[in-house]
Amino acid sequence: MPDLQELKKIASQVRRDIVRMVHQCQSGHPGGSLGCTDFFVALYFEAMHHNLPFSMDGKGEDMFFLSNGHISPVWYSVLARSGYFPVEELTTFRKLNSRLQGHPTTHEGLPGVRVASGSLGQGLSVAIGAALAKKMNNDKSLVYVLTGDGELQEGQVWEAMMSATHLKTDNIIVTVDWNGQQIDGATKDVMSLGDLEAKWKAFGWIVLQMNGNKMQEVIDTLVQAKAFCDKGQPVVILMKTEMGAGVDFMMGSHKWHGIAPNDAQLADALGQLEETLGDY
Amino acid sequence: MLTDFQITGKKATRDGFGDGLLAAGQQHPNVVGLCADLIGSLKMNAFMDAFPDRFIQTGIAEANMMGMAAGLATAGKIPYTGTFANFSTGRVYDQIRQSIAYSGKNVKICASHAGLTLGEDGATHQILEDIGLMKMLPGMTVINPCDYNQTKAATIAIAEHEGPVYLRFGRPGWPIFMPDNQPFVIGKGIMMQEGTDVTIIATGHLVAYAMEAVEKLKAQGISAELINIHTIKPLDEEIILDSIAKTKCVVTAEEHQRNGGLGDSVAQLLSRKNPTPQEYVAVNDSFGESGKPDELLLKYGLGPDNVVEAAQEVLKRKKA
Repeated sequence: MPDLQELKKIASQVRRDIVRMVHQCQSGHPGGSLGCTDFFVALYFEAMHHNLPFSMDGKGEDMFFLSNGHISPVWYSVLARSGYFPVEELTTFRKLNSRLQGHPTTHEGLPGVRVASGSLGQGLSVAIGAALAKKMNNDKSLVYVLTGDGELQEGQVWEAMMSATHLKTDNIIVTVDWNGQQIDGATKDVMSLGDLEAKWKAFGWIVLQMNGNKMQEVIDTLVQAKAFCDKGQPVVILMKTEMGAGVDFMMGSHKWHGIAPNDAQLADALGQLEETLGDY
Repeated sequence: MLTDFQITGKKATRDGFGDGLLAAGQQHPNVVGLCADLIGSLKMNAFMDAFPDRFIQTGIAEANMMGMAAGLATAGKIPYTGTFANFSTGRVYDQIRQSIAYSGKNVKICASHAGLTLGEDGATHQILEDIGLMKMLPGMTVINPCDYNQTKAATIAIAEHEGPVYLRFGRPGWPIFMPDNQPFVIGKGIMMQEGTDVTIIATGHLVAYAMEAVEKLKAQGISAELINIHTIKPLDEEIILDSIAKTKCVVTAEEHQRNGGLGDSVAQLLSRKNPTPQEYVAVNDSFGESGKPDELLLKYGLGPDNVVEAAQEVLKRKKA
């Protein structure tokens, strides 16, 4: 297991990958990707038990589903840096004939991806299905899923929340990227989510909270979440993040949800992020 | 009646699904059933009772059901989702498109109460667009069996087919005329009656009416060939092209909108391979209404006599 400093180094490299990928094709979603970087690194390099080579059915290993598929850059970087596919393939992001589609898909056979996502609100349902299959198989490994907070405006998510409790899906750990931002502005202005903690609790979930940009806190909270599994209730972590975390001019605004940096902005961003594992 | 196909009884196609699901579950330990609060309507009780650990009541939440099915399939299960055709398609189109079809998931979307023959509940529930919706999805197999026996056989067969399937069936009691324990081959049409003057291609409930029409045409001295197309996608091009080469005109018959249905698939094939005069027995850009199944089929132009008239009409346009 890598120590805290090593995880932070990986996160710095992943952030470099993200801004370089998005800059190279001049499209994609850097804001949410940067905000969730520490979570992804903690998940793939510390918390999750996962195997290579990739197997679609995930038998005997933890599975991860990304519901807010638009933050594909962070996932692709972490998958590549974890050994799922060559790091050089990150250069193909969003380009013709690439396995690294704008939004993640199984369609081109990219190792690590188990379902397409992008149209929001669907990932939690899929993850619950996978978790139920694990229960049927007496497979004690876990299912992780990440959703956005704006995504919770989709009705299907609430159907899924209700069903996870009813079906005693206690082998699932949901994380909500609670950055308070969406395309048209602050979530509280676009469509307020209200008291998120109370809402998840009312649906019967164990609710944890963490600062998703503090690596040690992420690791500790994931450990805590795992300890709550197998006790009859599903677990959700409300994860406060800063959209654009790690790149000062991208932070604190929804502006960088879905636009790419120009050459000068790329240089500025890379100047703030140490190259630790070697750029692709 | 047709020489090779005698009516042996009457049962709903949804009963064929229920019995087929039980058999599929007995044959394949990975088959899992999901139902959105319509267990009795879908006839899923027998499966649920036999395999309670492999059955999931999802409540009235079809979008979530489709997503859960995608997740179950990801983990190696063979999920069969059950609800009405309306809620199996239009209501959850994006979930099917992204999480099932685009993701290549081995989910069997099983849809009862399709079409006008749902009856008294009326147009809100009588989906007539579902074949079109589903056949447009890349990689989706679309099956619309004609009677109890064929629906049962199809339900068992799709468990062994890798990939997403839309299986469409109906509510009312309906004549049984296909043989028991028939082999069901996805994508292979069935020659019900050979003929020389006109080809009738029918699917689902309308196969029974087309059989009546063949008899009526025979009485008028018209030799009709009848093909039972249970798989609309992939379409059995060979059986259709071979027949058309002989008869040179065609009638398609289905309990669906003219737009997007079997007739459209046949027309697309023929326009590319052998342009042929065609008449459609289908709903003409209209919603349904409340009524009894047979009354509705007659009112909306889907009765046996409509098939006869369509045959007479297309024969006038047949090129020598």
